[in-house]
Amino acid sequence: MLKIFVSKDNLPRLVDRLMADNQVLGPVREGEAYRFRALKEARDLDLNFQNTRLSPKDLMHPQTDPLFAYSLRKDDPEAGILKELPRQTAQRVVLGIRPCDAKAFQLVDVNFVTDTYRDPWWEARRNATVLVGLGCTQPCSTCFCTAVGTGPFDSSALDVLMTEVEGGYLLAAVTEKGEALLQDAPEAQSATGEMAEAAEKIALEAAKKVAKPFVIDPLKDKPQTELFGAEFWEEVQFACINCGTCTYLCPTCWCFDIQDEVQGDRGVRLRLWDACMFPLFTLHGSGHNPRSQKLQRVRQRFMHKFKYYVDKYGDGPACVGCGRCVQYCPVNIDIRRVVAMMSASCVCPT
Amino acid sequence: MHAYTEKIRDAARRLLAEKKVDGVIGFRRGTLPLMNEPVFVRHVDHVDQLIWDGNCGINLANYLTKRKDRVAVVAKGCDSRNIVVHIQENQITRDQLHILGVPCQGMLDRKGILRALNGREPLEVEETDSQVRVSGEGFQEVFARREVLQDNCKICIHRNPVIYDELLGEMVEEPTDVDRYEDVRRLESLSVEERWNHFEELIASCIRCYACRNACPQCYCPTCFVDESRPQWVGKSLDPTDTRTFHLLRAYHMAGRCTDCGACERACPMNIKVRQFTKKLEKDAKELFDYEVGIVLEERPPLDTYRPDDPQDFIK
Repeated sequence: MLKIFVSKDNLPRLVDRLMADNQVLGPVREGEAYRFRALKEARDLDLNFQNTRLSPKDLMHPQTDPLFAYSLRKDDPEAGILKELPRQTAQRVVLGIRPCDAKAFQLVDVNFVTDTYRDPWWEARRNATVLVGLGCTQPCSTCFCTAVGTGPFDSSALDVLMTEVEGGYLLAAVTEKGEALLQDAPEAQSATGEMAEAAEKIALEAAKKVAKPFVIDPLKDKPQTELFGAEFWEEVQFACINCGTCTYLCPTCWCFDIQDEVQGDRGVRLRLWDACMFPLFTLHGSGHNPRSQKLQRVRQRFMHKFKYYVDKYGDGPACVGCGRCVQYCPVNIDIRRVVAMMSASCVCPT
Repeated sequence: MHAYTEKIRDAARRLLAEKKVDGVIGFRRGTLPLMNEPVFVRHVDHVDQLIWDGNCGINLANYLTKRKDRVAVVAKGCDSRNIVVHIQENQITRDQLHILGVPCQGMLDRKGILRALNGREPLEVEETDSQVRVSGEGFQEVFARREVLQDNCKICIHRNPVIYDELLGEMVEEPTDVDRYEDVRRLESLSVEERWNHFEELIASCIRCYACRNACPQCYCPTCFVDESRPQWVGKSLDPTDTRTFHLLRAYHMAGRCTDCGACERACPMNIKVRQFTKKLEKDAKELFDYEVGIVLEERPPLDTYRPDDPQDFIK
């Protein structure tokens, strides 16, 4: 597939050209943290970042997503009829997404796009977006992507993989969508064999830097009930304050709530992020709550990612090792430690 | 300060061995530099997990509400004041608690240190009574300890536990020359519009994760008003009205109850300075009722008492 080289000086010109036909999003520094934002101008793009504080999942699954609108006016013949709001159709390019965060979209696809149901909002956004990933040369000490089946230069969920090389970036097309994006780029020159070799070496070096705090293989064969009933959950859950930090920052946590908000005679149906940490998430209409205890909620988050998902889809786990929950949990509940316990508790086949 | 570690372990060992308590609530070493994890130690064998250093900023009083058992809890000044409030508000009884008091020199501001490192990742931290040495790949920074304390610790005037069963160290000197409300007065001096804009901007990045609420020992309602669903009082979107309602109502629920322990600010993943809401109310409680939260167990909080000599005359 096509590989091009863009010098650092020429990158803004490439971005400018992309902005003419697409909405271009990328990491932007806001105060002390980075966040994916639609670029207003090419120079807003700041690739000098480790990762964004919030994952880019809101690009596909916004925290507040208005799906339908309706009128409640008594004299309106269409009162009470839900009208779908326009979906994402404008083409978008996400520049500089980390391979782990892009991998997360793929892991979440299995939830939103299934044989029996295709979520039109998720799918529209996914289809309208080209992902240009930036390989990660300086993984954090909290990263564990290689332990969960991805890696700092994993291109499997990207359309284009960017590697920072001497003087600029090597852009390698991964998909046809990516190839189309890279074609006819006057700002670029074709990549040489040496550049490609250098990029490969950089990728290998980066992968070596990532810690492997646990092995996940034993989890597959472990009976769910045994893990579910494990004693260590009591210890794991103690410190948890059941806030939504881990789930809201997580690139693979997809749970949501649907709510209607009415103001005057206009209503809107919203899809909103929700979290298994909140008791309200599982509160039934009857008043019964199957996960009324903190232990149940804490266990759910880890079991969903590392056991239920794995068992249900024969894939996974539903974690990309970005380490955000590790860095930002206010009480230092460390998923690496928890999964190591889950994995070690296995009666592994010898 | 580190000397407390052995004393905490000794006390925990003794209390568990003598079956005086069902468990000990303290901290164990975190998996990240500048972080520790609250832990509940039930067995003598696990006592050596307990530690103490400048990364014990989480308020352990948060783990006491509605407990049925008898526990020992490690308490610095602010934790002890929140314990007093819990007892006053019937969240736990005094005789369920064995309080291990630790005079405090202030807790380290992890976020402030990370900000000062500007993207460089700390891998090792060494802390002494006067210095914090932070090192990572290719760098080492030394901070004066007093410069990198949490904002609330820098102006703390109740470092010593106000209630305890054993004191694990010498009482520390309480600062007397602290201006606790300099920032509040600055906000008070703004016009209504400027103040409104200030607070709108302050919470603009809020993601409604409720870490501030859940880290707060005083937020223990069985169902928080934002989680009420029948009827629902507050919208769940990021509409500024809803976010604002959450922050304002949360703050008002803290009037005369907040000890300025800083747990809310410490917990916020977006680094929102949420104490700016509660500090004004703390100042009001002090000025209007001459009340400091959680100092005297027998003194009822200002908002559940009526006194004919209350300074405001609108009610008379």
